[in-house]
Amino acid sequence: MSLVTIRGLTKIFQRDSQSITVFDGLSLEFAEGSFTALMGPSGSGKSTLLNLVAGLDRPTSGTVIVGGAEVSAMGPGALAEWRSRHVGFVFQSYNLLPVLTAYQNVELPLLLTRLSKAERHEHVTTALGVVALTDRAEHFPRQLSGGQEQRAAIARAIVSDPTIILLDEPTGQLDAKSAAEVLELLQRLNREFHKTILMVTHDPHAAQAAGRTLHLDKGVLTA
Amino acid sequence: MKYFPLVWANLTRHKRRTVLTTLSVALALFLFASLRSVVTTLRAGAEVGSESRMIVQSAKAIVFFLPMSYRERLLAVPGVQAVTWADWFGGVYQDPKNFFASFAADAESYLDMYRSDFTLPADQRAAFIKERTACIVGQHLLEKYGWRLGQDVTLKGTIFQGDWTFTIRGVYHATNPAFSEDVLMFHYEVVYERYPRWVQPGWYVLELKDPSLAQQVAAAIDSEFKNSSDPTKTGTERAFNAGFVTMWGNVSFLMDSIGMAVVFAILLVAANSMMLSARERTNEVGVLKTVGFGDRLLFGLVMAEAGTIALGGAVLGLGAAKALYRPTGFSAMGFLPGFDVTAGTLALGLGIAVVLALASGLVPAVNAARLSAVQALRHVE
Repeated sequence: MSLVTIRGLTKIFQRDSQSITVFDGLSLEFAEGSFTALMGPSGSGKSTLLNLVAGLDRPTSGTVIVGGAEVSAMGPGALAEWRSRHVGFVFQSYNLLPVLTAYQNVELPLLLTRLSKAERHEHVTTALGVVALTDRAEHFPRQLSGGQEQRAAIARAIVSDPTIILLDEPTGQLDAKSAAEVLELLQRLNREFHKTILMVTHDPHAAQAAGRTLHLDKGVLTA
Repeated sequence: MKYFPLVWANLTRHKRRTVLTTLSVALALFLFASLRSVVTTLRAGAEVGSESRMIVQSAKAIVFFLPMSYRERLLAVPGVQAVTWADWFGGVYQDPKNFFASFAADAESYLDMYRSDFTLPADQRAAFIKERTACIVGQHLLEKYGWRLGQDVTLKGTIFQGDWTFTIRGVYHATNPAFSEDVLMFHYEVVYERYPRWVQPGWYVLELKDPSLAQQVAAAIDSEFKNSSDPTKTGTERAFNAGFVTMWGNVSFLMDSIGMAVVFAILLVAANSMMLSARERTNEVGVLKTVGFGDRLLFGLVMAEAGTIALGGAVLGLGAAKALYRPTGFSAMGFLPGFDVTAGTLALGLGIAVVLALASGLVPAVNAARLSAVQALRHVE
């Protein structure tokens, strides 16, 4: 069953007087519970596709439907609310807020919910436990290693039990050992918790962790 | 409330910057409250002047004397119940920086005239009246210089040259907040005896039988002395005080202007600080938007930061002004008796803090709200 359905997606960026077409009528589906790696050279449109699925960017035309919701038709307010409930996003450079502890960073998405402080605590503790960072809960990002930071970022992405987890080069800044740990964690999330994962990567080893690999080149699926 | 840790974390990100910005707001509002309180104290002083007392001064200028012979003639004017007089002495104690208000007055009549404005124990009053070189001082002045009852105090005359020694025989407490406790008063005769050819009353104070007669009495007095060599200018004490305020008119405007200029300068500092802080966090705005923070929420969070700085500064600055002046009895050497930061000034200060918060937070808050997540995430400082 398809969780993400992309139909006739066109995305054109305007740079001064120039128009840059990234996608021109792309159609694609991601099944619920799938773990897909999206590969391709720089400028192929991988991150743009991720942003469009997350509702961070808008298509020039076409539709993006995630879990039955037409993301491409939502207004900014509705998109923000939808994102808080349905999307977990992980960045290459972790993007933890440096002034907050690991615990507070993971708690961020839950602040947008109606959960009580005790309920939030329970969720955060569970998420930190899944990524094996319980003992680092009160550490600030500067006190964590790269791998630990990325695991904290993954905990933040899963804490609200989102419909889909989107990752943009999650192992791009990690050493081999840390990258392996993160990939193993993602596989576990997919296998044990049935999370739908879409991961953009340059790294063939990372792509091997996914059940399906797609190649994008100049906005076109090549494999 | 659940967002407060986030706001606080951002405020404490650069502790020194936040502390300095808050202190600059505090200093600005402290100065604003202080300068405005000069104006409000002057105005309050004019308001509390008695309507039943009138001041007769030289029509030429207040620095000119009026003849002693006027006393009997003033007393004879219909509607006048009592007359007293005084001279501005203008001495300093030990050092020119120790300046305070000092008067030479007709002791008994002066104390009677102002009986409702201060209290003086009967035995001290009697001792003061009996002894020609005696003086009375306000409680605050006594405490300020560590004097005690019975102590000799020598003033150095600035108008009436020479050393003048007086014995403190009485200490008064002001019951009217506008009546200064930073005054030393002694017998008029002491000055007169040393300068008999020169010294005469500087001004007369009249007590009316009925305040409604004020206009009529003033007209009668000024008319009587109109063609003399010493014409008079008569008005109620309240009008006399108000006249001083009018003389201070430009100073009031200046003080208000300086106060607002200081606040405006600090507004620019605070706004710059807020914008710098927001710009540094553009990438984090993108992260928060990705997590699901909406535009309105981000706008509110940035405004909350600006509000915390402005209101924190306001509490510090206005609180310090309120705590400093009244409890310490500050009166600007007796020229601003009852000096205090009024509730109106505090309210105005808080209002300015709110405007400061809005003005300094608005641009970064709007920017944070408007910026798209993708643009924000691409931002590199």
